[in-house]
Amino acid sequence: MSETTHTSTHDNHDANAPKIYAAVLGALLILTFITVGASKIQFGSGMVNVVIALTIATVKASLVGLFFMHLIHDKAMNAIILVSSFIFLGVFIGFCYTDQSTRDDLKPVGLKVKVPAVAGAPAVPGAAPTGAPVAAPPAAAPHH
Amino acid sequence: MSDLATVVRDEHSHEHHDSSLQHHFATYEQQMDAGKIGMWLFLATEILLFGGLFVGFGLMQARYPDAFVQAHHHLDKNLGFLNTVVLLVSSFTMVMAVHCAKTEQRRKTLVYLLITLACAAAFLCVKYFEYEHKIHEGLLPGKFYSHVGDTVPHQFVFFSFYFMMTGLHGLHILGGMGAITWVFFRAKRGDFNHKYYTPVDLVGLYWHLVDLIWIYLFPLLYLIS
Repeated sequence: MSETTHTSTHDNHDANAPKIYAAVLGALLILTFITVGASKIQFGSGMVNVVIALTIATVKASLVGLFFMHLIHDKAMNAIILVSSFIFLGVFIGFCYTDQSTRDDLKPVGLKVKVPAVAGAPAVPGAAPTGAPVAAPPAAAPHH
Repeated sequence: MSDLATVVRDEHSHEHHDSSLQHHFATYEQQMDAGKIGMWLFLATEILLFGGLFVGFGLMQARYPDAFVQAHHHLDKNLGFLNTVVLLVSSFTMVMAVHCAKTEQRRKTLVYLLITLACAAAFLCVKYFEYEHKIHEGLLPGKFYSHVGDTVPHQFVFFSFYFMMTGLHGLHILGGMGAITWVFFRAKRGDFNHKYYTPVDLVGLYWHLVDLIWIYLFPLLYLIS
């Protein structure tokens, strides 16, 4: 039966597993050092730094998922669940950022006066480069 | 988790050997797969739960970039780095515990579970000192923010997210410690063998997710530039 071959490949995998796990841990620690190192260098704009940090984090997350969470030799269904949750998170993030970055375009054409987005919202000069804040902060920063 | 209560635990008695297989599953493999899918669905909801906070953090950082950069200087990068290493090591010891449970090395399973617990405790200790420092300085969320001498306004927004994200993550660590303790005592009792080690495996999956969330939290909170 296929049972025997199945078991032998599993045994093979089991024998090597600790070495693989240790190698993955080593890679994760090295990547953590790289993350800290990269954060000390200023690459062009701050956005580039964020992208680099998140890319390294995603590589680390993939290592954890594939090896520590066994996705590499698991049933595809589990990976599909994980990946689809990330896809929906991407939709969430994508729509929120699109909304945020296009808000101040929604003004009547030719309007000259500045319209506060929320009635009574405190005007904070320079704090919101893309327009007036859409939601008032819970409390103003204390005066000093 | 009714399966746990009904299991007859007698590892030496072979007529009861299949007692960890629930009657509604045909095989151990099917039982394990069903448990895993359930756990992965739960993990997906966890990702979306933390996802909301990550999205909020990103939006507010885009709105108050200077305040976020200024505020993150109050965080200790070295402690954040230390905690990252501690969690990564704990993930490794957790996966080793799963491996040892699967290969029926009970003593090693227990040792690895204990190291994982110790790492979790160390993580929370470091977090405690970090929190204590921030509470002392008045670097608190929302209206509780009372830090004096700021040159950039709106730093309280950063600390709202800092406390909510690391606090929720810390609660997950605490929950994970409870789950690991439970698995430890079951392993000690000899519940697990090469066919049945589902609880260790599922607690491991949860623990790795908690580690995975920290992998994103660390650069976003501590290493902004």
